[in-house]
Amino acid sequence: MNKIQNNKAWFLVLPVLLLVAFSAIIPLMTVVNYSVQDIFGPENRLWVGSEWFKEILADERLHGAFGRQLLFSALILLIEVPLGIAIALCMPVKGRWVSVCLILLALPLLVPFNVVGTIWQLFSRVDIGLGGRIIDALGFDYNYTASSFDAWITVLVMDVWHWTSLLVLLCYAGLLAIPEAYYQAASIDGASRWSVFRHIQLPRLANVLVIGVLLRFMDSFMIYAEPFVLTGGGPGNATTFLSQYLTTMAVGQFDLGPAAAFSLIYFLVILLSCWLFYTAVDHGSR
Amino acid sequence: MAEIRLQQLAHSYHNNPDSESDYALKTCDYLWEDGGAYALLGPSGCGKTTLLKIISGLLQPSQGKVLFDGVDVTAQSPRQRNIAQVFQFPVIYDAMSVYDNLAFPLRNRKLAAAAIDRRVQEVAEMLDLQANLKQRARGLSADLKQMISLGRGLVREDVSAILFDEPLTVIDPHLKFTLRRKLKQVHERYRHTLIYVTHDQGEALTFADQVAVMSEGTILQVGTPQQLFEKPVHRFLGHFIGSPGMNFLDCQVRQDEVVIDGHLMDGHPLRLADGIARRAGALTGRLELGVRPEFVRLCASAETNTVPVSVQEVQDLGNYQLVNVQCGKHMLKVKVVEAQDVQIGAAWLQFPADMTRLYNNGHLVE
Repeated sequence: MNKIQNNKAWFLVLPVLLLVAFSAIIPLMTVVNYSVQDIFGPENRLWVGSEWFKEILADERLHGAFGRQLLFSALILLIEVPLGIAIALCMPVKGRWVSVCLILLALPLLVPFNVVGTIWQLFSRVDIGLGGRIIDALGFDYNYTASSFDAWITVLVMDVWHWTSLLVLLCYAGLLAIPEAYYQAASIDGASRWSVFRHIQLPRLANVLVIGVLLRFMDSFMIYAEPFVLTGGGPGNATTFLSQYLTTMAVGQFDLGPAAAFSLIYFLVILLSCWLFYTAVDHGSR
Repeated sequence: MAEIRLQQLAHSYHNNPDSESDYALKTCDYLWEDGGAYALLGPSGCGKTTLLKIISGLLQPSQGKVLFDGVDVTAQSPRQRNIAQVFQFPVIYDAMSVYDNLAFPLRNRKLAAAAIDRRVQEVAEMLDLQANLKQRARGLSADLKQMISLGRGLVREDVSAILFDEPLTVIDPHLKFTLRRKLKQVHERYRHTLIYVTHDQGEALTFADQVAVMSEGTILQVGTPQQLFEKPVHRFLGHFIGSPGMNFLDCQVRQDEVVIDGHLMDGHPLRLADGIARRAGALTGRLELGVRPEFVRLCASAETNTVPVSVQEVQDLGNYQLVNVQCGKHMLKVKVVEAQDVQIGAAWLQFPADMTRLYNNGHLVE
């Protein structure tokens, strides 16, 4: 039989190409456009090359925001991952309490980001907030609008409240997928509770944990709405993370050139960490 | 190593069982002697895995007791009972190396490193796992994984018993044979009490000294493979053991003789051994003759204890011929040696008195 030589099938890819162009490539090119020129108006622009990039890379305030961002992401991973596993281990496996727990856990995930910020802003206020008043009444000198330490704690607790459920749900699903025979074998082999966790549950959770850590790292690295509503980045710059610094630069000060250069670097950093993460996981599983 | 005794044991998965059919395991008393190799044979869903789990302590029975060497262990955990079990599908700790997998049950019991190493090497040698000891268990084939499971079952010297729950399901057919022989060797060397659950009669009959056949939650018969084959106590066993299974024919008793199909074979009464027919005369209900295809003999002319039959079909199976014959209104299967010439048409079938059994409502008349 003769093979039909026909390349018309390539046209079938066209719709996807158009979609990707409109959704990703064209907006991104706009940013690239701004990052290499100084644009004053439609007819008034100046080619600056890599100047904005050099400027932004030398920006001390950006270094500060980047450091705080890394610290924040590291801390919430350190808190949320073990906490998520621990809660998942304590969840009931069957019975009516399963649905009760699942609904309770899913609730924070369903609250819009801005609302989360508002809830915690009100909750933590020392004058009218329930949480703030209680901490104050316990004798702690707590004020998240004045003390950067208190602000950090509040932002962290807020994120833990908002997102630990995601890890709990992932781990819970992972735990349920472990066949009963593994627990039976362990009990026959005389394994302790810790051994069961260390040698059966943890290795079998590895896959869901990888996804959980990746999601939480990416999300926390791009966090914006909640701290913006809660602390507005303050006091001072204490809780100003990358996204917020970018917004201040682009919208507040209208420094479109440096902001565009910053956006591209931000984007590349996230892409790079994604790739590093993926490679590490891929390498580890072999 | 221990003798295992079941006392008035029964189990139901329902919380409030009210009828007999709610029980996965019906009340039974049984003794597995110390150092024996036992098989628990039965079709899927007959309760054999339930029974095994109760012995190992993974399941608490609804009633009755489990005794190890006379000590009541019903309330003890599998760990306290010091039992080993190998499951149907390989259970391995995939983050560990093969060596660590094998050492795991010993380390949990805080043995000295030297003693652990000696045992692990011994078991690895027995199962040909030496080359894989340093490998991670994760990437291994199903065969090897099951070998590791098996090894973990064998690694402890002082176990009360080793239980196998259809352990060869995932193993290649050609390896099954080797492994079964390995298990037999292990048994001869260490004399552990072994209980082997399977639905494969070939496996059960070659592995065990004593086979217990289960059906619908009851142990129907316990015996050597030969006893099960020659004298099945229940119609179910006649069908279940042997291939093809036992032939059954409706019959009636006339004094100390038996007549197939009532009056149809009136002129050809059959004699049974030991006056069984006379005893059956007093019984009510359905009477059936049971005879294995291996034991009936096809003859050209009338001899003692023969009935006239008609040969319907001859299948040559290579090492023997399987002959379908019509006897009254029944179709019987007969195994005939290759050398014998079998023609379609009229013939005579001989029922050896000592190999022909009589069943009353499915139960053997003795």
